[in-house]
Amino acid sequence: MAEHRDVHIHVPVLTRVEGEGALELDLVDGSIERLNLRIFEPPRLFEKFVEGYERNQVIDMVARICGICPVAYQMSAVQAFERLSGFTPDPWVRDMRRVMYCGEWLQSHALHVHLLAAPDFLGFDSAIAMAGDYPEAVRRGLELQNLGNDLIALFGGRSVHPVGVRVGGFYRAPDVSDVSGILQRLEQALPKAEALVNWTASLAFPDDEQSFISVALSDPDCYAIAEGQLISGQGLDIDICYFESHFKEVQSPHSTALHAELDGRPYLTGPLARLNLNLHQLPAPVRRVMEGCGIHFPSHNMFHSIVARAIETYFAISEAIRLLEHYQVPDQPYQEVKPVEGNAFGCTEAPRGILWHRYDVDDQGIVRYARIVPPTSQNQARIEEDLSQSLQKLGFNQSDEALRLRAEQVIRNYDPCISCATHFLKLKVRRG
Amino acid sequence: MQSEKPKLAVHKFSSCDGCQLALLNLGEPLLQLPDLVEIVHFAEAGPNAPDTPVDIALVEGSVSTPEDVERIQKVRAQSKLLVTIGACATAGGIQALANFTDRQNWMHAVYPNPEWIDVLSCSEPIARYVKIDFAIQGCPVTSKQVVSALRDLLSGITPRPEVQPVCMECKRKGLVCTLVSQGTPCMGPVTLAGCGALCPATGRGCYGCFGPAERVNDPALAERFQALGLERDAVERRFRFIMNSAPAFLEASERLQGDSDG
Repeated sequence: MAEHRDVHIHVPVLTRVEGEGALELDLVDGSIERLNLRIFEPPRLFEKFVEGYERNQVIDMVARICGICPVAYQMSAVQAFERLSGFTPDPWVRDMRRVMYCGEWLQSHALHVHLLAAPDFLGFDSAIAMAGDYPEAVRRGLELQNLGNDLIALFGGRSVHPVGVRVGGFYRAPDVSDVSGILQRLEQALPKAEALVNWTASLAFPDDEQSFISVALSDPDCYAIAEGQLISGQGLDIDICYFESHFKEVQSPHSTALHAELDGRPYLTGPLARLNLNLHQLPAPVRRVMEGCGIHFPSHNMFHSIVARAIETYFAISEAIRLLEHYQVPDQPYQEVKPVEGNAFGCTEAPRGILWHRYDVDDQGIVRYARIVPPTSQNQARIEEDLSQSLQKLGFNQSDEALRLRAEQVIRNYDPCISCATHFLKLKVRRG
Repeated sequence: MQSEKPKLAVHKFSSCDGCQLALLNLGEPLLQLPDLVEIVHFAEAGPNAPDTPVDIALVEGSVSTPEDVERIQKVRAQSKLLVTIGACATAGGIQALANFTDRQNWMHAVYPNPEWIDVLSCSEPIARYVKIDFAIQGCPVTSKQVVSALRDLLSGITPRPEVQPVCMECKRKGLVCTLVSQGTPCMGPVTLAGCGALCPATGRGCYGCFGPAERVNDPALAERFQALGLERDAVERRFRFIMNSAPAFLEASERLQGDSDG
């Protein structure tokens, strides 16, 4: 029974992830011969076709890279253009961008926790199927997701590819009456988000501590979202403009997503990395919820990511409340920002982790070169490393079905933005 | 009884996933959807049976690899009705901008080893390869559009496509014209309605993400934009944008380019 088998697992379509991906795993003589997370989202070459467009057009274009996190793309781009011009947005603009970003964290985390990840833990194919046995949990998820969407739409008119962000601020400031309506809903949602934290913390987690490097933005004033320095758990602390000298992207034959490494090593970015590095900056009530949930942070168990997402959901709601509580319509929602020629750098915390942009802009404000490094390609090397450790720990003597389920669950911990969902591993086994 | 319900599939091609969110963002009604239809394939939501015959297939994304071509033909063969959702499926999407240039050169610029990736030289709309039964416009489409089209199709009615420009929505909403009153270059006069005049309501000009309206007088609008101080290439960029390869916008940008070449 303890004999080694040759196992070949090929998952042609990963479901309940955003985008397209597949997993190939070949075990020979009890060790991994090949482990590839294939991402086959056809290349859309965004970095090339933003060339020749104006700054504000580029903000609308890069949103189209991801329907789940368009705000993140817009925020990294606008930050890059404003930094290049030496422009610091006024406190109103900064606060409201943070609120809009909270909306995106809220909708994306709620979508992931309820519709994509929770069915794994509870043994369902999809949230729609899960709704039969856990109607309240699924409803709560949909409600939080909707609230996040509405918070984005408050500033951008719609939640997917919103139209509100421009260089210098926003095109329009929301009305006081719209803000007070949403404020009321945020306050009602807070206890639900607290229940969500405890609910995720009560799930059964595999014991799977791993050593990995966390990377996140760090803001001296707050839990970083829309700006900050790049830091790691190993002492990295750099301005975002030095990203390219520390982080390298490499291409592998099995994926259209480039793999990123920090000084030659895989690293983690996203909710668990943020919480590990910045939890001391969470507001006191959020820390109390975190500390009372029964899971200890910082954590090096990737399965705790779902709890980290729930804690950030609670944080996003409380932060939006704090910033909207004394909302006033400003005299001007934006200021004109003259274009400056040079290299523009922007980096923000997308729901899935750091999203780094570089634009080379001419003196007319036309983009001449772009480089965009999304969180999923940064996490890909770490996912592959995690899979090999996690499956090894589970034991290759486990059934193919058990290996498949564990592999799916590991991948989904990272909420990879490659577009799929439930039982995505279709197993092909060849035994030697 | 389940087997008697009409079957629905949601297929993804090259896209940002934003149009599928029209369903995933439905909220509570998402849970009622299974009362109306049996969702047999919707990989992002869980169900994964791409080869099951269905009554209605919603297709997101553009065709951009040789594998996509085979897949869309299979989808067509097993679907009674095929409905494209969004700019990518309907007009090639923003990534059709790659069609204007040498895509292989771009591949070299973005990937060190482009030979590992198999792509067509163009990003094409679904209708370029198979017959489609209905197209829902928008980048992204709205939940309202998708649900109302599904309702019509399930009741055996052909949905009525939108034909009017965004200007009509501004009028209905009582919005002051951004083009006339503020001199903002607004694509509303040539762009299909359906968004609810989102950009003018947000204090900016429409940027054409729902694609061309039924009648497009692009020379008149281009002239107006130039009178507002836009250079010819800036006008061209406004047509060659999210819906760059929709025929009326494509012709408009080519006309502008022809003007500047001559």
